[in-house]
Amino acid sequence: MNSSLLVIEFLVALLGLGVLLADLWIAPTARRTLAYVATTGLLLIFTIHAGALAPADGTAFGGMFLVDGLANFFKSIFLVAAMVVLMVSTRFADRLNGYGEFVALILFATVGMLLTASANDFILMFVSLELITVTFYILVSFQRNRLSSVEAGVKYLIFGALAAAFMVFGITLIFGSANSTNFFEIAAKQGELAKSPVFLIGLLLTFVGLGFKISAFPFQMWTPDVYQGAPAPVTAFLATGSKAAGFVLILRLAYGVVPELASKWSHLLLGFAVITALYGSFCGLAQRSVKRLMGYSSISNAGFLLLGIASANETGSSAVAFFLAAYVFTTLLVFAAVTVVTADGESDDFSAFGGLGQRSPFLAAGLTIGLVSLAGVPPLAGFFAKFWLFKAAALRVAEDRWFLVAILAACVAVVISFYYYFGIIRAMYWPRHTAETTPVDPSIPVRLAMVTCIAAVILMGVFPGGLVSVARQAVAGLGPATAPAAHAAPVAAH
Amino acid sequence: MSPVSFLILLPFLGALAIIMTPAKHAFAWRGAALLFSGLAALTGISIFLGFEPGSAGFQMVGRVDWNSDIGLTYHVGVDGLNVGLLLVTGLVGFAAVGVSSEIEKQPKMFYVLLLLIIGGALGSFASLDLFFLYFFNEIALVPTFLMIGIWGRGEQKNYAAFQITLYLSLGALVALAGLICLYAMSGANTLDVVVLSAWLKEHPLPAASQTLIFGLLLFGFGTMVGLFPFHSWAPLGYGVAPTATAMLHAGILKKVGLYALLRAAYPLLPVGVAQWTGVLAVLCLGNLLYCGWVAMRQKDLNLLFGNSSLAHMGFVFLGLASVSVIGITGAVVIMVAHALLAALEFALSGYLYRQTGTLELSKLGGAMRQLPFVGAALVAALLAGCGVPGFANFAGEVTVLFGAWKALPWHVVAAAWGGLIIGGVYMLRAIRQVAHGEVSPLLAQSTDAGGVSRIPYLVLLVPLIYFGVAPTGLVDRIKPSAERIVARATSDLPATPAPIAAEPAVATASAH
Repeated sequence: MNSSLLVIEFLVALLGLGVLLADLWIAPTARRTLAYVATTGLLLIFTIHAGALAPADGTAFGGMFLVDGLANFFKSIFLVAAMVVLMVSTRFADRLNGYGEFVALILFATVGMLLTASANDFILMFVSLELITVTFYILVSFQRNRLSSVEAGVKYLIFGALAAAFMVFGITLIFGSANSTNFFEIAAKQGELAKSPVFLIGLLLTFVGLGFKISAFPFQMWTPDVYQGAPAPVTAFLATGSKAAGFVLILRLAYGVVPELASKWSHLLLGFAVITALYGSFCGLAQRSVKRLMGYSSISNAGFLLLGIASANETGSSAVAFFLAAYVFTTLLVFAAVTVVTADGESDDFSAFGGLGQRSPFLAAGLTIGLVSLAGVPPLAGFFAKFWLFKAAALRVAEDRWFLVAILAACVAVVISFYYYFGIIRAMYWPRHTAETTPVDPSIPVRLAMVTCIAAVILMGVFPGGLVSVARQAVAGLGPATAPAAHAAPVAAH
Repeated sequence: MSPVSFLILLPFLGALAIIMTPAKHAFAWRGAALLFSGLAALTGISIFLGFEPGSAGFQMVGRVDWNSDIGLTYHVGVDGLNVGLLLVTGLVGFAAVGVSSEIEKQPKMFYVLLLLIIGGALGSFASLDLFFLYFFNEIALVPTFLMIGIWGRGEQKNYAAFQITLYLSLGALVALAGLICLYAMSGANTLDVVVLSAWLKEHPLPAASQTLIFGLLLFGFGTMVGLFPFHSWAPLGYGVAPTATAMLHAGILKKVGLYALLRAAYPLLPVGVAQWTGVLAVLCLGNLLYCGWVAMRQKDLNLLFGNSSLAHMGFVFLGLASVSVIGITGAVVIMVAHALLAALEFALSGYLYRQTGTLELSKLGGAMRQLPFVGAALVAALLAGCGVPGFANFAGEVTVLFGAWKALPWHVVAAAWGGLIIGGVYMLRAIRQVAHGEVSPLLAQSTDAGGVSRIPYLVLLVPLIYFGVAPTGLVDRIKPSAERIVARATSDLPATPAPIAAEPAVATASAH
């Protein structure tokens, strides 16, 4: 038993409990300090995580919990996302009843995400995903006095429960056929398991549950409604942390646990990738609500990421990791600006962003950089992310022309998405109707968060090499041959 | 630092300087833009003069390993292909800043975006790594969108801003797909053309892959140039864009696609060249004849210029399709000449629009009488546009026709020659309507450009005439590089897996 590996998770959970307790004594007007304290705490935990005190690679709880490069990479993403979301949410504090609880719930969701990154067992995977989902049920409907927020919460609850049911059923089938829920043990006998239809059905049902988390077609229905109804900082966390949590599990399953099946299913994955990307792009065209639009954008990006999974090569897995890191900063940047605008004016219609170029040049420039990066234009992070992802698919073109079709379809999806991203930019700089002119002032924490994201988005775009190397190291431990041997799990490497 | 790196850096430094300057020193914005673009123009001139003609290799090379792990190198340098383009980019950039004195709305943002476009164009011409070529070219995309939207004119600017952005990004993405396939399939793990061409000489790609990649590059980059039938974005976009943007886009950015084809597709994919030039020879007639035909029917000066610039691109494509040293040399001469010409045309039409508020041909007239300088410059530009000797365009067009005559079927050349006549018709008609005749009431109140405000026009007109009278300065620099490209493009043509034949043709290419 090596529970010291969980030090990061323990600390974040303690921080959450502390916030919950402190909330009882602190004056309602001073609740914002809780967010500052929590952010500082997360920053300290992050330095532990990134520094010399970080737990070494290894497994704990009988191989259920695993610390490796991939887990550490994604834990950094989750911690950074939580910090930015907390800072941005301070701008929203007045609109949220019980802000202290809100901060604590964000921290608990973060614990869930950290656990998914380290999950090495179907049971832990399910529990940690549920920890995320259940906290999000509350977070999404946090503005109890707003009908759309409550509606979004109910939708998320129903879809989430359905997906969880599918997943738990799938896990049962897997357990039944494999006689184990441990990733390493299943990886070791994937060859014979692949012949068992029960196992295959179980695996597919598990992917259904994960497809819900990442909002891949055809499990994307909830996304636009929930994104639109939830408070903007919650949507930001949903779009970044929750999505990345789904993808870290898909990466681990597809590359580490059942790589042979995943490459056998690459056409299936490719098909879903392309449909998801195109669906998100086409449906985004008609939207006038920015948060709803970001929901479709999130679907579309899930499609691009699945393209990386379908490629089933080392570039593909590192591209997914890079893409998610870039996507998290970019999306947080966009939602920081959206939070400020919706906190002031309630509406998130395009017209609410009208004339933002005049009302707050900083906010408009930040939002523009975020949207342009999402569209994938150099010199920003989103460009290199797509470049690397398309390269992963291009490596397969020589043997399989369907990958070329997929790349071209993805190009079409990107061009369509240009239209709506640039539509928001247009609303900011030359609105159709004369918009209001009252200046907007993003508070200092929001400014700080945005400057961090802008710097990250530009640096990742101009100097992508560093992050690519990190991402490559992170995914290097994946793969059936190396993983069990490296961690001395009780199975023979095959 | 290589002077080429310095040249690329200048506009970005200028943009940074403007961003840092607070609003109370607003006058410094334009000053900084003029200073940095002027320095870039001077650096471009000194690079052009310092370039040693007669050698096919790359000169003034700057190279930094951006990330060798993933095969990205920042690699810049000049050869005959881009030395002239860098020169005119500097000149057009300076002229574009020069004619923008009328911008009153948000001047800070305007100059920052303008310098970003200039920097992007310089970077993409100078880059010898295809990743950076693409990277720099795309930097100009968002500024173009914003400039057309914020400072554009007319009812259709919103439509035009989206149209130009979507077309250009579609083209760019198709080209990117081609580049990524090249990157992934070559196995060299690099997009540095020098390394890649040496590698592909040893390990040529299979014929099917070459055909595929060349097709993607041709249609991707072709769309960015306005290759028929993917051209409809250009005239409208230029018609509504603010003067400086139209100058830079029609003059400079449009050449990036052509340049990239010559830099990447031709020398690296010889089988692809052989497969696709027939298609290109037909499509270029679409530009020459169809776009010329459309230009004849235009009633607006800017739309006329926009369509005629597409027709001129047809000549460049004709030169490319000929795959001969003469044809490609001529194509590069046209690229340089047309950069100056298109910028001059849009600068002058911008001046007329500022004075009269319209560009309808029927409402203009007597420009020569009322505005002697602008009118004369306009006549010069229009004459250059129909290929009159004495302007650099003539030198290029006649060379391209010679090259095409040798290499292409006679009816293609005859049709292209017909394109010249169509060009003559609409350009001369425009001269009659705008320059001569009664002074129109709209023009009667306008004043001629005088003093320093003439400088931007002269910066464009003087080299246009100089290279027309003495094209050797240009041709001598281009020719060795054109020879190298043609040698590579026609090498290992028998698409066998082991291309041992055709080695003698490659001998000249190994100079770098």
